[in-house]
Amino acid sequence: MTIGIPNALLYYRYQYLWKTFFAELGCDVVTSGSTCQATLTQGVALSVAECCLPVKLFLGHVASLIGRCDAILVPRFETLEKNQEFCVRFWGLPDVVRNTFPQANVLSYNLKGREGREFLALGKRLGKHPAQILKAYRRGVQEQSRQDRLAREQQEILLSSPAPKVLLAGQPYLIHDAFGGAPVIRMIEQQGGVPIFAERFDRKACRAASRELSKDLYWVVNQEIIGAIPLAKHQVDGVLLVTAFPCGTDSLVNELVLRRVGDIPIAQIVLDEHQGEAGLQTRVECFMDILQERRQSRAR
Amino acid sequence: MLDKLAISFPHLGDYSVVFTQLIRHLFPDARVFPAPPMTQKTVELGSRYSPDFVCAPFKFNLGNYIEALEQGANVLVQTGTGCRYGYYGELQEQILRDLGYRFQFVCLSRERAKPAALYRNIRNLGCDLSLPRMAEAMLLACESIRAMDRYEYWMREQVAFETVPGSFEQVRQQLFADIARADSLADLQKAKARCRKASAALKTDPPQHPLRVGIVGDLYTLMEPFSNFFVERQLIQQGISVSRVMGVWFLLFGKNHKQALKDSRPYLGYTVGANGVDSVAQSLAYAKRGYDGIIHMKSFGCIPELNATPALMNLSRDWDIPILHLSFDSHTSETGVQTRLEAFADMIRMKKEEGRIADSQFGRGYRFGIH
Repeated sequence: MTIGIPNALLYYRYQYLWKTFFAELGCDVVTSGSTCQATLTQGVALSVAECCLPVKLFLGHVASLIGRCDAILVPRFETLEKNQEFCVRFWGLPDVVRNTFPQANVLSYNLKGREGREFLALGKRLGKHPAQILKAYRRGVQEQSRQDRLAREQQEILLSSPAPKVLLAGQPYLIHDAFGGAPVIRMIEQQGGVPIFAERFDRKACRAASRELSKDLYWVVNQEIIGAIPLAKHQVDGVLLVTAFPCGTDSLVNELVLRRVGDIPIAQIVLDEHQGEAGLQTRVECFMDILQERRQSRAR
Repeated sequence: MLDKLAISFPHLGDYSVVFTQLIRHLFPDARVFPAPPMTQKTVELGSRYSPDFVCAPFKFNLGNYIEALEQGANVLVQTGTGCRYGYYGELQEQILRDLGYRFQFVCLSRERAKPAALYRNIRNLGCDLSLPRMAEAMLLACESIRAMDRYEYWMREQVAFETVPGSFEQVRQQLFADIARADSLADLQKAKARCRKASAALKTDPPQHPLRVGIVGDLYTLMEPFSNFFVERQLIQQGISVSRVMGVWFLLFGKNHKQALKDSRPYLGYTVGANGVDSVAQSLAYAKRGYDGIIHMKSFGCIPELNATPALMNLSRDWDIPILHLSFDSHTSETGVQTRLEAFADMIRMKKEEGRIADSQFGRGYRFGIH
């Protein structure tokens, strides 16, 4: 059996878990590959106009998987714990996909607190034995945390580099997408800067640190993003909030962050599917100039 | 700290009558007033200080707060559960503080909307009513909301066919005035009896096959007519009977999530946040009851309703019922909405007419799509 995994949204958070889990169960895994122009065009055509960019990309990725696999993995994410919710967007993902692609075989699990139980149900739907499923799940979790640790360690090395460091605070699925944040990363590097990623800090510590900025915040991914700001404040030169139009959670949270963070250069970049590179380039260059200028004046 | 409490809150349709009544009972010494009536200026003020692509209710609320503060309010109330609503409070308070206003912000969102926290909050504000009296005030407010919602639901269905223009509205205004004055459940009973008597005397002259339209969507856009350019009124003026279940009573006590999820099968499998499931379940009910069309309204970028939109599109195709999707933002043009509504009304009128002719003429085969 071949399982298709769209390279979008929380793929960037759970990819190793999913891949290992299905491989251990003896399934073949295909991913939709990185975003290309066709993915974007298809996604835009398939979705309601006012959906956010990542969801349009997601639908494009799902469309590219149709016909290439037996089932497509579209999990539903509701909560991790009490007051740690995912954006409502993720609550409706399986239903949106089912209604948009009636012909697709959608494989889903429902993350609502207990992850293990959901994977058990998922494996049973594939006709596997519970012991085998649990073993596969455990392997998957180990692999995911190993990869997360590796990424964290690599980032630790980057954090000690002498070049100006920019903390990119944004949804991981936007920042690492070829049509989302990838140009921003490239431009920062061209300007001699080092991009630091918010999601590569310890998630638990980030969630706790986010309370410094916002007490009421209940979106878990946003907690992890903005929690990195107080954690990394003394290690980086500036913070770029990267968001997509019209991201529901970021629209509120980033405004609050911009109003509350005062002791480090911070700016917001809004991406959408119509962007030209020139505008983006100007903004990133300006921001990098400010960071360089600050460094020089401090050295003087 | 503060000398005299001046409590204000943002608008939500006509419910300000009930909120004023409730707060007036809880804080007899305070000055209680709803934010000044919504105007274009409210919207402009709100959007000027709001983030760009936040959903429209945030902007309307913020505009209300600023105007209320200018009128001398020193206590502002916000609630909110579900989706983004629960997070409004913290940001709105920050924006208003950055603007330099001094006030106390009572945010009754999410966890703080639960009875124990609600009680603590009310006590903290300096309410010295005994618990039974407090409960009585709450009960009175709830019953008032129920009376309002019942009359308005009935009115929306009937008012398009009234023989004396403005007669339904008159009864409604009377009910509001009575509710605003009510100090006890006995007063409310009298108001309800009066309303019942008056509405029994109202005359209507419905056509043989009236056009019926159901309205579904996100709670604020549905309940605050200013934010949707009085869509309901426009429909009623075209002689269309309007049905809308959404109301505060429905949100507080009428919602049955499990049932709604069951009712929305096969279009939805899970809850999609806020009122998305209700929108689908209600649309399906309208389709089954043979309504002529559905209007799906939301504020721009409302995620739960966007989650429900693909399901609604399929539903529209499967049940052959037209659905008009309207998105409202602080920049939406009134003329644009009007044009679309008129076109929609014409379309469902023609569709109905055609269907009736096809039904009456044997062999036309309308139902098989070969006319």
